[in-house]
Amino acid sequence: MKGNIVVTSSKCIGCHSCEIACAVEHSQSKNLFLAIDEHPRPQKRVLVESYGRSNLPLQCRHCEDAPCVQVCPTGALVKQGVEEAVVLNDNLCIGCKWCVLVCPFGVIMMAPDDHIMIKCDLCRERSEAGRLPACVESCHTGALQLASTAQMARMKRREFLVEFLRDQ
Amino acid sequence: MDQEKRNQKSIDPASLEMLSRAEEAGLETAWERYDKQEPQCGFGLLGLCCRNCNMGPCRIDPFGGEPAKGVCGADADTIVARNLLRAIAAGAAAHSDHGRDVVETLLHASTGQAPDYQIKDRDKLMALATELNIETAERSDQEIAAEVASTALDEFGTRKGTLAFLNRAPAPRREVWSKFGIVPRGIDREIVETMHRTHMGVDTDYVNLILHGLRTALSDGWGGSMWATELSDVLFGTPQPIEGVSNLGVLKEDEVNIIVHGHEPTLSEMIVEAARDPELLELARSKGAKRINICGMCCTGNELLMRHEVPVAGNFLQQELAIITGAVEAMVVDVQCIMPSLTGLAGCYHTEIISTSPKARFPGARHIPFEEQNALKIAKEIVKLAVENYPRRNPDRVFIPEEKMEFLAGFSVEAILSALGGSLDPLLNAIKDGSIQGIVGLVGCNNPKITQDYGHITLTEELIKQDILVVETGCAAIASAKRGLLLPEAAQKAGPGLRAVCEALKIPPVLHMGSCVDISRILVVAAAVANALEVDISDLPLAGAAPEWMSEKAVSIGAYVIGSGIYTVLGTVPPVLGSKKVASLLTEGANEVVGAAFAVESDPQKAAGLIVEQINYKRSRLGLP
Repeated sequence: MKGNIVVTSSKCIGCHSCEIACAVEHSQSKNLFLAIDEHPRPQKRVLVESYGRSNLPLQCRHCEDAPCVQVCPTGALVKQGVEEAVVLNDNLCIGCKWCVLVCPFGVIMMAPDDHIMIKCDLCRERSEAGRLPACVESCHTGALQLASTAQMARMKRREFLVEFLRDQ
Repeated sequence: MDQEKRNQKSIDPASLEMLSRAEEAGLETAWERYDKQEPQCGFGLLGLCCRNCNMGPCRIDPFGGEPAKGVCGADADTIVARNLLRAIAAGAAAHSDHGRDVVETLLHASTGQAPDYQIKDRDKLMALATELNIETAERSDQEIAAEVASTALDEFGTRKGTLAFLNRAPAPRREVWSKFGIVPRGIDREIVETMHRTHMGVDTDYVNLILHGLRTALSDGWGGSMWATELSDVLFGTPQPIEGVSNLGVLKEDEVNIIVHGHEPTLSEMIVEAARDPELLELARSKGAKRINICGMCCTGNELLMRHEVPVAGNFLQQELAIITGAVEAMVVDVQCIMPSLTGLAGCYHTEIISTSPKARFPGARHIPFEEQNALKIAKEIVKLAVENYPRRNPDRVFIPEEKMEFLAGFSVEAILSALGGSLDPLLNAIKDGSIQGIVGLVGCNNPKITQDYGHITLTEELIKQDILVVETGCAAIASAKRGLLLPEAAQKAGPGLRAVCEALKIPPVLHMGSCVDISRILVVAAAVANALEVDISDLPLAGAAPEWMSEKAVSIGAYVIGSGIYTVLGTVPPVLGSKKVASLLTEGANEVVGAAFAVESDPQKAAGLIVEQINYKRSRLGLP
């Protein structure tokens, strides 16, 4: 299943379910009850940030001209194609943190146990199996969705149209 | 939906047939609602969410990151322990408040305020009076019953030091309780204290919290639940072996079907009596029905089938399916385990959901308050309403599965003793010579997380194969009833030792001991065996299991079974894994305190392995083969 993760901030109630689902998906066992005892500790790649009364789940936007890919000195970060994920090759990552410095969204982090960088990979394994990313599936309010850029644009147009006509 | 996916929902053919009907009719049941909840909240599953004050709600990162503490500073250990304690208190409250209702009925029956209730088991009343040091000479049954009931009511308060039935436990067990300060002092008191301790800024020490959890649970098992059982026996008769029929096939196409669902026998006993009323039977005939068919569901079903030839329509996950048969004129409910979804489903049929307890009202249900002073009159009114509803049934929408199965139930402690010829000795000898390797209390609910009845049946069949006698209550017992495991012929499925014992005594290898409060009967058997062998309960080759548990009552049960010294295997994961310390205390550390601990195993085959291992260990320690 291809696409980007679309966030509707107004629908996010700050339950952090996406964070747990993300960490479990990126664990060895993929089972919550077992994942909590694993080492290295499973890490989330999505972070629910809050400002005032608004919540926003942030994750890699998989930029088409990704600064992190440009700056990575070892070629560990790769953009796999148009509308494809930016993925990190663990074996090549030296943990220099250049990517953290250049990422406009602050969504690349360092894993506390194995000291390499971690980021959203759009749930590669799930995507290959035709399943939604774990964060999207775990979101009970529909704040997270998966959509192609074209679908995203269509959603925005519709939103604009509704607002525009309402004002007439 | 494909057949394979449906088959994962239940192993009961009647359930599967009804699920297929539900799908055709576009009706939603617990299974679909469970799917919609997936994935369930990770914080909730791990017990890491605290809502006990309004600085929160707070959550702890389960992977060792931040936040590691709630706003008040409570860590994962405190939060998990407090949440567990509150679940125990809710479960103990449910059982014990049921117990209180039975006590009050006996009190009112003995003082003439509830004239429709009689003392059905005078011997049991006298035995209880003697046990409680209540004078019986030259007193009427009513006077004695009033004092027994009044003594029981005192147990809920705090006027006495400890609970009366604790004396039934072997001395070494009482010493354990005393040593660790977990002797329950009053039924209500421990529940109130749990709510106090788990309030913001009170008890923070997970060990201290869990010890009190055990005390609260013990006040249920050896208090509220035990009183419910004992006094239900006095009022409605102590169960004796009785035959019956189970599963949705007990509903009749040409009769008025009334399902009594919930827990307390005070109402359902009267409904059974009302359904025998000649005028109501005549009314039913005038509406074109042949008879009035009263069926039980869940623990109300268990209470009834233990004492009357009343069929049981099914266990917890079949309550919605019963309505989807389109053949139920009324489902009469009181308290506990009644799905809020019932009224919505009933709205798609002619079925009336009739709520009766002031404690449990359901929007969309018809409420007929049940008062014990007018018990029979109200019961007749309810039955009449159901009879008058019969013509509204749409025959085109009726679908009753054929599936039904005979069973033999009614194994109270008294009935077991009587089957043994009046003494425990044959059972003790069978345990000693190894023909019975051990006894397992297999109890609890259904839960859509486990294929319906698969956990119960697989574990039960595996255990009896290994010469382990299985005693059951609640929805687990109904699962076995539907599967034919409660028939003496089921001894063929047992190992050679257990089979021989069952055939000699003409009993099934799986004994139905009643409703979920009747787990107290299992405690009484365990205590009696321990006393006879002059050991503690924790020395015996016993185990408990709740393969499909879901309710807070089951949490309390698990805790009092452990607290009584019996190893217990749970089939669904309790929300405690968020704290390694709490999880380790419950699964290992508890052995050092109460001589028993929990295990969690959702695969019933593996659960059987764990139990057999435990029983072998206990046998070897007793020097038994």
